[in-house]
Amino acid sequence: MRITCPWCGPRPLSEFAYGGDAGKTRPGYPGKAGPDAWMDYVYLRENPAGRHKEYWHHSGGCRSWLVVTRDTTNHEIAKVALAGPQAKDAGS
Amino acid sequence: MRYSLSSILRNAATGHKHWPKQWRQPEPKKAYDIVIVGGGGHGLATAYYLARNHGLTNIAVLEKGYLGNGNIGRNTTIVRSNYLCPENGQFYEHSLKLWEGLSQDLNYNVMLSQRGVLNTFHTPAQRDAAIRRGNAMRLHGVDAVLLNREEVKKLAPAIDCSPGARFPVRGGLLQPRGGSVRHDAVAWGFARGADARGVDIIQNCEVTGIRIESGRVRGVETTRGSIAAKKIAIVVAGRSTLVGNMAGLRLPIESHVLQCFVTEPVKPILDTVVSFGADHFAVVQSDKGGLVFNGSLDGYNSYAQRGNMETLESVAACASSFMPCMSRLRLLRHWGGINDMTMDGSPIITRTPVKGLYFNGGWCYGGFKATPASGWTYAHLIANDEPHEFASGFTLSRFETGLVINENGAGPQPGLH
Repeated sequence: MRITCPWCGPRPLSEFAYGGDAGKTRPGYPGKAGPDAWMDYVYLRENPAGRHKEYWHHSGGCRSWLVVTRDTTNHEIAKVALAGPQAKDAGS
Repeated sequence: MRYSLSSILRNAATGHKHWPKQWRQPEPKKAYDIVIVGGGGHGLATAYYLARNHGLTNIAVLEKGYLGNGNIGRNTTIVRSNYLCPENGQFYEHSLKLWEGLSQDLNYNVMLSQRGVLNTFHTPAQRDAAIRRGNAMRLHGVDAVLLNREEVKKLAPAIDCSPGARFPVRGGLLQPRGGSVRHDAVAWGFARGADARGVDIIQNCEVTGIRIESGRVRGVETTRGSIAAKKIAIVVAGRSTLVGNMAGLRLPIESHVLQCFVTEPVKPILDTVVSFGADHFAVVQSDKGGLVFNGSLDGYNSYAQRGNMETLESVAACASSFMPCMSRLRLLRHWGGINDMTMDGSPIITRTPVKGLYFNGGWCYGGFKATPASGWTYAHLIANDEPHEFASGFTLSRFETGLVINENGAGPQPGLH
């Protein structure tokens, strides 16, 4: 599997660390989120057989956090975007 | 039929042409009392113990492929009960006790070999952890022996115990009653035993939907038609989320791939099961002579029953560091199995919010050794609608209440357990 980093281009899997499901939104703090919202955020996962949005950290490269859309049945990557505030700067 | 010395001699004399089929190939009936979704090791064991312990036989086991093609045939065949948390300790010890009597119980040789399971340690902190674990095991009534370096060297000369090793071995924790089992025989033995008691094992029958009316299960839709059922028991390992979704369950599970590898066969060099404490690597020599080994998960969600080369490289590096004699062996084959990793690394055997629907899954990569106890306790839950005492901690609600069973203390990161 190779991931095309927006900064570094196509790089081998060994340069990346997995950061898990990118579909979860952290309940606001301080906020009105109850235990159910935290339970959902911390423990429950969609775990699809198919397209999955997930975080990858280019830990052996530019150290950017990426949001990768990958098919969990065949590892085809449909999209790679920058995660977090820098996503806006890079226009992605 | 019962297997015996005389049946073997009789069939040997007639060219092995008259062995009967070990189980029937029935057409699915319109309705059953209990439908078990998944004909893997755990599903077959559940059916067997429902019949054997509870006298329930109007049961169908629905398997989407053929028996033995899933994780029951995709593991490293290791059995052990060297757990730290009491919930796991009592459960896996019950499982090991069932393994010890299983060949006699099934009248089917599952080839249990109690050759011992050794985990090495390499630092003073790891030694402390091993002592703590060993003491916990002994308090649970499980056998555990602490070995120093010389004793490790004597037990498994193939391990590099020299001071010049990359991670010098300082000793190990041995469970003498651990060992390995012939995994195909487990599937076949449970299938044969369940079938003989009247359970219908239906292969090539994939469940595509679960019918629920006013909060109670009514039956399943399958590729071979609708089947009505009073109770439905899900036990589908890596596809737990997908089948759970059919009944509206949302689960604390991610599916990950774990790779296993086998080398070419060699003469006996390792008569115990050993695992490398400095990284993820465990190895056992099969009766055919191949070294069967695995490492850690590939580390990301996957439903592909094959893994990546980076993991192969890291596992091979562990092998050549720990047992340098392995470094020039050729790899015969390797494969991947899909593990339903829970958020705390421990399994789930539970009722669900839907009446008559039961869920068994989240075995992470510990499912094989659990097979008999999983079937035993799941059968108890299905028959009585009450959890078995040895599996009463494996609830879904533990994630809400905070009573998680986190053997590694790794936090809610399924890829790290």
